[in-house]
Amino acid sequence: MAEFIAWVLVIAIAAYACAGGTDYGAGFWDLLAGGAEHGKRPRWLIDHAMAPVWEANNVWLIFVLVIMWTGFPTMFQAVFSAMWLPLALAAVGLVLRGAGFALRKPTRRLAQQRIYGAAFAVSSLVTPFFLGAVLGGIASGRVEVGTTASADAWANGTSVLTGLLAIAATAFLGAVFLCSDALRFGAPDLVDYFRLRALCAFGVIVVLALIALPVTHHDARYVWDGLTGGMGLLLIILAAVCGLATVLLLLRRSYGWSRHTSVASVALVVGAWGFAQRPYVLPTSLTVTEAAGATHTLRWLVIVTVIAIVLVGPALVLLYRLDTMGELEELTDADTRAARTSGDNL
Amino acid sequence: MLSTVGFLANSTPDQLLPARELMAFTLASHILLVPFGVALPFITLLMHHRALRRNDPVALTLARRWSAVMAVQFAIGIITGTVLSFEFGLLWPGMMGRWGDVFGLGFGVEAWAFFLEAVLIAIYLYGWRRLKPWTHFWLAVPLPPAALMGAFGIIAANSWMNTPQGFRLDAQGNPVDVDVRQAVFTPMFGPEYWHFVVAMLMTAGYVVAGVYAVGRLRGRRDRYHRLGFTVPFTVAAILTPIQFMLGDSAARAVFHKQPVKFAATELVWKTDTHVPEYLFGRLNGDGTISGGIKIPQLDSILAGFKPSTQVTGLTSVPAADRPTAVQATIAHWAFDIMVTIGSVLILLALWYAWSWWRHRDNPGNRWFYRCAALAGVACLVTVECGWITTEVGRQPWIVYQHMRVSEAVTSTRAGSLWAMLGIVMVVYVAVFGSFLAVVLKMRTRWRIADEGSAAARAELPPETDTPYGPRSEPEPTTAGTAPGGGSDHTPGGAS
Repeated sequence: MAEFIAWVLVIAIAAYACAGGTDYGAGFWDLLAGGAEHGKRPRWLIDHAMAPVWEANNVWLIFVLVIMWTGFPTMFQAVFSAMWLPLALAAVGLVLRGAGFALRKPTRRLAQQRIYGAAFAVSSLVTPFFLGAVLGGIASGRVEVGTTASADAWANGTSVLTGLLAIAATAFLGAVFLCSDALRFGAPDLVDYFRLRALCAFGVIVVLALIALPVTHHDARYVWDGLTGGMGLLLIILAAVCGLATVLLLLRRSYGWSRHTSVASVALVVGAWGFAQRPYVLPTSLTVTEAAGATHTLRWLVIVTVIAIVLVGPALVLLYRLDTMGELEELTDADTRAARTSGDNL
Repeated sequence: MLSTVGFLANSTPDQLLPARELMAFTLASHILLVPFGVALPFITLLMHHRALRRNDPVALTLARRWSAVMAVQFAIGIITGTVLSFEFGLLWPGMMGRWGDVFGLGFGVEAWAFFLEAVLIAIYLYGWRRLKPWTHFWLAVPLPPAALMGAFGIIAANSWMNTPQGFRLDAQGNPVDVDVRQAVFTPMFGPEYWHFVVAMLMTAGYVVAGVYAVGRLRGRRDRYHRLGFTVPFTVAAILTPIQFMLGDSAARAVFHKQPVKFAATELVWKTDTHVPEYLFGRLNGDGTISGGIKIPQLDSILAGFKPSTQVTGLTSVPAADRPTAVQATIAHWAFDIMVTIGSVLILLALWYAWSWWRHRDNPGNRWFYRCAALAGVACLVTVECGWITTEVGRQPWIVYQHMRVSEAVTSTRAGSLWAMLGIVMVVYVAVFGSFLAVVLKMRTRWRIADEGSAAARAELPPETDTPYGPRSEPEPTTAGTAPGGGSDHTPGGAS
């Protein structure tokens, strides 16, 4: 039972990495889009592509937290005690990102849009870094039950590299999705714009992964071994294949399947990490069985999860389908009958 | 275990105060948005239904505008809510570590309900343009039930903290034999849940109606304002007397299940019969009460319907196991303010009902609209007060009689927590300030557009000095020239 819940947790993290990651990536490219005039079109696309789905994508994170504290309370306590600062900063980043994005859209003045946009874009960079750093700290065995908060837990080679990999992965996902979105919104110039960026991001991921191999070898020995052998290795190879397939599809300008392969590559990496860490939730001090909450609760958690999949699954599919079919469009000023006011420059 | 409890009870860790302040600040901010997250979709759907059913363009405009506001409000609500999930771990790891598997399942229900809500609201907000009208409406109908389900999860968790059950303690004091059903449906769950849900609907109703009450006070008597006022106000007014009874039964449930909390909210020092009721007043450390209005016997009568009812006092438990005098006073004031506002709102609802009964119409009196404009703000105050009552009244326990707040708090240094509190306050003030500014700006744009079209319909000569006069041109050059009448102020500022 505990094993099953642990896999639900891994899947939820993978879902957040893919769904939330795409949005973080969009924020990343928003940050690098240049000045107001130069970056106007990419930002327009990012706004339209993200708006209907980012809130639902964000909920995966809440679900991850809930499974952690209900299913593995001791692990939750240990992680949040040891990783206090990065998690606190990630929370602040989440607020600034969401608020910046939500408030930028109804604003019509350039100066205000700049401020909101900056909050959104910068925190889209910072938040995945800290969340990645936390994962890196856990994978390298720096969190044990009773560990107090310290900089070493997250400011070390493995954590920093995981954080950077998280940023690169989100940038990759974001760019791949924005390619298809550009096509969907009828902006062929932006297709090439984001295609180039997706390829660059993939290059960065490869470079970071190659650097990570020697750096994490001793630092995160248990997970390193898990990722270079057995199921972990298999999934990593599959992830690499999916990543390369994405690159090939992008090079051949085929944007339908590239989204699926890019998502698969990120999800498979998370899955590989799940296999590599077995049987520990906190390598190498706390196993899944030791950390598991009351059996009765876990059984109910499974029931709640199944009911939820039945309820939320179809709704989520409907949302993504409507979104990719272009059925979802935000209300314009004409729809709500809003007038312009002085100082509007957009 | 007992020795640890004794030790911790005597020592208050330095980080307790900032942790508490941080939790209080973020929760107090988030809770202001909760009524709209829970109830605004429902009110909007009522208006939307009216628009589709009667083919009413005014109702449709209102529903669309409300959903434009909802888009921004929901986003801010999501992120401030996410922060709270983080804070369970960042501030109270001790509670989650020991009790997470006992009471966490409620949050599991909440997370999924919220997921559904986020998906459906996205479809609703972005479906206006392309979806077929009725398809669009029906896709949003599951929204209010999903919101109720989400509230179910949260209140289940909170009521468990108030009346924990569904487990047994082993020799080490750790919970075993968890029974989830018992842990979800605790004695306080029912009273708390219905009181909360109705409070959310009422607050959203009064706040939305208040916006149009202000418009009416400024002389905008068109159908748009009338409809925008009537629909949400009717919802809120119907629920007001119901809420009074629900609140009363919730208080009585507290009397039975959490007698010490009841003693704190009513300032009862010694267990006794024929206990008087104090309206406001301050509890001193020695048990005396300064100020306030004393009504003999009333507290016993309210608690058990007869003066001979015995009411448990604060001194029935050791000083370390009950709220301090200051905490009791805070809980008492919060409770009294909530009850006072609730009672006044009943009068307002009766005024409204009388007017409809006698005249089949909204009241015409300006004072009615002044009160209605204030009702929304007052309701937000009661929401804060209700939350303060239940949380402060539970002190010093985080899990009533099982874990102290000081045992649950993080071991992070106080300095870091104070710094984080500072950062969070700055960020939240900026976010909520911007949110308000954006919503007010939307309102201004809509008003200018409406006045523009009203002026066009009336074909007034440009020099006519009416409220809908020259400044109402929809062109950007003239429209923005500071509309007169102080209309750039907040909605509450008018009354």
